Amino acid sequence: MFTRREALIGAVVAAAAAAAIPAFAAQAQTADIAALPRQKVSLVAPPFVHEHDQVANGGPKVVEFTMKIEEKPIVIDDEGTTLRGMTFNGSIPGPMMVVHEGDYLELTLVNPETNEMPHNIDFHAATGALGGGALTHVNPGEQVTLRFKATRTGTFVYHCAPEGMIPWHVVSGMSGTVMVLPREGLKNEKGEPVRYDKIFYVGENEFYIPRDENGKYKKYESLGESYDDTLKVMRGLIPTHVVFNGKVGSLTGKNAMTAKVGETVMIVHSQANRDTRPHLIGGHGDYVWEEGKFANPPAKDLETWFIRGGSAGAALYTFLQPGVYAYVNHNLIEAVELGATAHFTVEGEWNDDLMKQVDAPRPIPMN
Amino acid sequence: MPVNTLTLIGSAAAIMTAGAVALLNWTDGPKHSQARTPAAITVAAAPGLFSHAEPGEFLMNERPVPAPRKRVAISQPLEIMKYQVSLDEYERCVSLGACEAADAEGSGDVPVTGVSYLDAEAYARWYSEATGETWRLPTDEEWAHAASERFRSDIEPLEQDAQNPARAWLSSYQREVDLERKADPVPRSRGSFGVNSKGVADIAGNVWEWTSTCYARVTMAADGKAAETSIENCGVHVVEGFHRTYMSNFIRDGKSGGCAVGLPPDNLGFRLVRERPAAMTIADFQAQIRRLRREMFGA
Repeated sequence: MFTRREALIGAVVAAAAAAAIPAFAAQAQTADIAALPRQKVSLVAPPFVHEHDQVANGGPKVVEFTMKIEEKPIVIDDEGTTLRGMTFNGSIPGPMMVVHEGDYLELTLVNPETNEMPHNIDFHAATGALGGGALTHVNPGEQVTLRFKATRTGTFVYHCAPEGMIPWHVVSGMSGTVMVLPREGLKNEKGEPVRYDKIFYVGENEFYIPRDENGKYKKYESLGESYDDTLKVMRGLIPTHVVFNGKVGSLTGKNAMTAKVGETVMIVHSQANRDTRPHLIGGHGDYVWEEGKFANPPAKDLETWFIRGGSAGAALYTFLQPGVYAYVNHNLIEAVELGATAHFTVEGEWNDDLMKQVDAPRPIPMN
Repeated sequence: MPVNTLTLIGSAAAIMTAGAVALLNWTDGPKHSQARTPAAITVAAAPGLFSHAEPGEFLMNERPVPAPRKRVAISQPLEIMKYQVSLDEYERCVSLGACEAADAEGSGDVPVTGVSYLDAEAYARWYSEATGETWRLPTDEEWAHAASERFRSDIEPLEQDAQNPARAWLSSYQREVDLERKADPVPRSRGSFGVNSKGVADIAGNVWEWTSTCYARVTMAADGKAAETSIENCGVHVVEGFHRTYMSNFIRDGKSGGCAVGLPPDNLGFRLVRERPAAMTIADFQAQIRRLRREMFGA
C-alpha cells in the first residue's frame, strides 16, 4: 500500500520520466506553491502602475493583490453627467496588476455590504472557470480569494461577469488590466531586450447614459433604478461618452501624462467591450503589441494601432521632440466630441532636422 | 446749430421710447407687454484711454511674438447692455421668425447661450428693427473698454524660444493649467457674476461673448511696431470672457468648436451696444415721431 507521500514521489518520478499524468502533476505543483515566496503588492490608480521589475528577479512567486469593489456615482464629464458607476478598487479602469510568466496571481476580491450588487471577476489571463468568474461570485458583505497561474505573457483585460448582467457591469466601469511580463523582460522582433523608462495605463470605456424627454442626461438614486433605461441605450450600441480613465479630461491639464525627450514610454491601452484605435498625434508606436501578447514579435513604426474590444495592447515609444501631444482614439468624433483624448507634455530640446517651419504663414505672393 | 438740436431731440425721443413702453406695460398689464420689445438696460461707459493687447496672431522674424499693445481711445460714451441678452429676449426674436432657436441651457432669467456669431448678428438686426435704433455687437476694443478690470486677453505663452517652438506650447499649456479654471457649464441668472467698476454685469462669468472683430494674422515689421502684412479671416470672430479666444462664425458650442488643446469657453452668448445717434436728418426725425405716435396711440 502506497502512502500519500510515496504516491506523490512516484508521480513526480513518473512525470519526470514520461512528462505526463497532469492530475498528479497538478497535485505536486500545489504542494510546491505553498513553498513559493509570496509578495504583497499595493495597487495604485491608473494611469500609474505599481512598481515592478521588468526582468524577473529570482524564481516564480505568488503575488498577492486585494481589490475592493466600490459602487458609486461618478461624474464623467464637465457638464456634471453622472454615471451610476461600478468599479474595481474605486477607479475606472480598475488598477493594473503586473506579474511575471510563471508567477501566481492571487487576488482577494472584497464586496462590501454597502454595495447593492453581487460581483465577480473574469481574468482573460487565466485558464478555466470562465476566467475565474465561476469561482469568484461575491455578494455584498462577502470576499473571495482566487489564485491563477500566469502561463501566457502579455496585457490582458479583466472584468466583472455576473450571469445575465455582464455587459452592464462592464460598461458601468468594471474592467481593468493584468500585465504578465516575460521573466527575461520584453524583446523586440530580433529578440533583443527592450525596456521602458515609464509606463502609463490608459483604460478606455464607453458609457451609455439615458436621457430624459428634453434630451438631458438622467440621474438615478441607485444602480437598480438606472438599469432598465441604461440597457435600452446600450442596445442601441451608440455610446454617449467614450473616455479614457473614466471621465472626459481625466488625462489632460494638470493630469496630463508627462515625459522627456529621449525617454521610452510604454502605453498600455485596454478596452473591455468595444474596438478602438489609439494614435499619438505627432508621434508613433516604435514597437506595438497590438494584441498585447508578448510571445508575438511587436509590430514596428505604427501610426495607429488597433485594440480589439475585450483586449489590451501595449505600445512602446521613445519621444524625439518636445511639445504637447494628444493621445487619442483616432475615431476623431469619439476623441473630440465624446471625450477620448489624453495629453502628454514632453520637455526637451527641439530637433530642427526632424521638423522645421521653413516659412511662417504669410500672404500668398502676388506675382 | 440746427443739426445739434435735432440730435438732442433724437436722444430725448429714444429715452421716451423706453419710458413710453414702461408706461404702457404699467397701464395695460402684462398681456399687452408681450407684443412689445422693451428697451434693454444699458450702461454708458465713459470715454477713456487704455493700453490694449491687440487680438489675433502675431509673427515677427518668422516666429510667434506676443500681441503688440496699443493705446486705444474711446472718445464717446459707450452705451452697452448692462446684461447679456437673455434667453427670454432672444426667444422673442425666435418666435417672430427672425432668429434661429438657440441651443440654450438653463431657464429663468439666464443669458441666451448656444448661439453663434451668425445668430448674434441676426438678433442685432431684428432688435434694431424692433426698437428703431441701431444695435450691434461691440468691437474687441469696445468690449475691452466695457470689461475694464475684468478684461483678460489671450492666454499667451510665457516663454518664446526661437530654437524650440515647444517652449511656447508647453508654457501656454502650463498657464492654462495654473489658472485652475474648472468647467462651469450651467448658465446662471443674469447678474450672478456681479458688476464691474463700470457697472457692467457678468463680465468674465461662464458665458463668453461674440464681438464684431475678425481674427487676423499679422506679420510685424522689424521694428516690432507696425504691421507689415495682415490677413483678416472674417469667418472667425473674436470671443471675449474669462479669456479672449477665436471661434468660427457658425460655432454655437465653444467646447466642440475648439481644438484638442486649449481652454474652451463654457458657453457662447452676447450683448449689444447702441450706436450713438448720429446727427439726424429731418426725414429720420419725422419717421421716429411717426413711429412713436404709432406705439403710443396705435396705428
